[in-house]
Amino acid sequence: MNRRLNLKAWLLMLPALSLLIAFTHWPTLKTFWRSATWAKSDVAPSQFVGLENYGLLIEDPVFWKVIENNFWYALGTVPTSIALAIAMALWVNGKIKHKGLLRLAYFTPTILPMITVANIWLFFYSPDIGLFDQLLRAVGIDGPNWLGDPDTALGSLMAMTIWKEAGFFMIFYLAALQTLSPELYDAAKVEGAGPWRIFRRITFPLLMPTTLFVLINALLNAFKLVDHLFILTKGGPNNASNLLLYYIYETAFSFLDSYYAATLTVVMLVALALIALAQMLLFDRKIHYR
Amino acid sequence: MLRVEGLSRIFGDKKVVDDLNFTVEDGEFVALLGPSGCGKSTSLKMIAGLENPDTGVIELDGKDITHLGPGQRQLGMVFQSYALFPHLSVKENILFGLKARKVQKDEQQKRLTSVVDLVGLGEHLDKKPGQLSGGQCQRVALARAIVSEANLCLMDEPLSNLDAKLRNEMRTEIRALQQRLGMSVIYVTHDQVEAMSMADKIVLMNDGRIEQIGLPEDLYNRPATVFAAQFIGSPPMNIIPAGDKLLGVRPEHIRIEDGGMPGRVVSCDYHGADTIVLADIGGEGVSESLVKLRYPGHALFAAEQNISIHWKPEFEHQFSSSTRTSIDPQPTN
Repeated sequence: MNRRLNLKAWLLMLPALSLLIAFTHWPTLKTFWRSATWAKSDVAPSQFVGLENYGLLIEDPVFWKVIENNFWYALGTVPTSIALAIAMALWVNGKIKHKGLLRLAYFTPTILPMITVANIWLFFYSPDIGLFDQLLRAVGIDGPNWLGDPDTALGSLMAMTIWKEAGFFMIFYLAALQTLSPELYDAAKVEGAGPWRIFRRITFPLLMPTTLFVLINALLNAFKLVDHLFILTKGGPNNASNLLLYYIYETAFSFLDSYYAATLTVVMLVALALIALAQMLLFDRKIHYR
Repeated sequence: MLRVEGLSRIFGDKKVVDDLNFTVEDGEFVALLGPSGCGKSTSLKMIAGLENPDTGVIELDGKDITHLGPGQRQLGMVFQSYALFPHLSVKENILFGLKARKVQKDEQQKRLTSVVDLVGLGEHLDKKPGQLSGGQCQRVALARAIVSEANLCLMDEPLSNLDAKLRNEMRTEIRALQQRLGMSVIYVTHDQVEAMSMADKIVLMNDGRIEQIGLPEDLYNRPATVFAAQFIGSPPMNIIPAGDKLLGVRPEHIRIEDGGMPGRVVSCDYHGADTIVLADIGGEGVSESLVKLRYPGHALFAAEQNISIHWKPEFEHQFSSSTRTSIDPQPTN
């Protein structure tokens, strides 16, 4: 009886499990293996080289550049888009007119296809004829070449990411806000708490489960970003806006070095797993779940 | 002292609260009683400042507070859902208001100790509300409301989430606490037993208006309207049409005696201490001729059995059938 029940359970899990194994676990294992091998050419048999690929990685200045870029990119986009998301959610959760339209407006960046969005922003950022430079010229400032200047390329990417992510995260915060009982706010008001104290002591702590969820997603997204780099900068100029996943893509499909790409991928997988783990461990105890 | 004058609130084209007038003396326990949707909670919210009145004045200790924010009114409030902050400990919940009002640390501790003593929460101070029982949550909500030492405490159906036994206990406890602290309380409830047993004064509301204000015994003995007569008492007062008047008699005042009005037993409902007998005193089975009476002990009447019922004239109330208000001659007792 028990054995039959087990068999049934395994059979039920089979479809999902086979997909997971075929497209997640097996490729992951292959990646780990590949990162420890090397071959002279595509036709030559690959041979085991141990940690040699990782030695190359440490000496690769582009690798360190994309890691640094990714760090700044995450630091610049994640807190800002979360703060904006909370602010927008509070705003469209309040008693205001046309809040349906406002919510839609904030959410629009998320439903647009990324490639379309990137093309629109490409126009915004174009030197001289772009929207930003035209606006700046109207007030008498010579705008920079946003995407062409190493000093502004990464920042320009970050601005677009914030614009896109904030609206997406807002939806989660809005959903969380709607589950909070209005009587809690009534009680806080009767007790003499002002809006800032209510936010700091009631709303924000009660939103922490959402914040953790959003934070993990935001950080993962910061590392997974690849699509608007294709349109906007292709990682340039001189790797000023190159990020890890795009570098992996370049290594694998432009430089056709799948062994080194596998090594970079392992670094990314380990980094992402560590980030998620650290967040869970750090925040779990401090968060109130209902 | 709280004075409410001409208070009204309109939602759309419905007057949810219509011209409310009453006062709460210092140390008085006033129950706002009425069926759900009668506007009693909206009235309480307006007094708390959580809802804006369309017309009217609210005065607390001679000061017009009609347009003050809820935090500036110096009120305590207990909510139906308790509205405890789920992520804060019992202690932090109780101290929330004192911290918001920047009361000094040692004063906070002093008040916390005394209030925790009063409601008996000693060993639970560091727990979160989720770890407490319903009755304990109720106590935290009470403690939070009284720790501010406010002039007036508002309670919005505070016992409706508790089971019957706990409700009875808390009823006595809240009343005792109120008398011990000399607090003024406005207590919103739809439960006439709560209002009758706890309140010094009852404000009975129906459909946004006040039906009657009075002592509990006034509402029972001298109901001003048919609504008041039928809302107070269980089972409600029998209303019997008699010409252009309505006669009202409470079930507990009807006796089964020879030589009275003839009737026919419809059914008996045994309650332990007494039996509620439903009798038909009209010829036909129309509802107006059905009366309920309370018969002490276990009555063993068969259906269709003929009985004779009687009540003393002093227990008879008279109402106008057009206005449905009392036309009793002023009582002489």
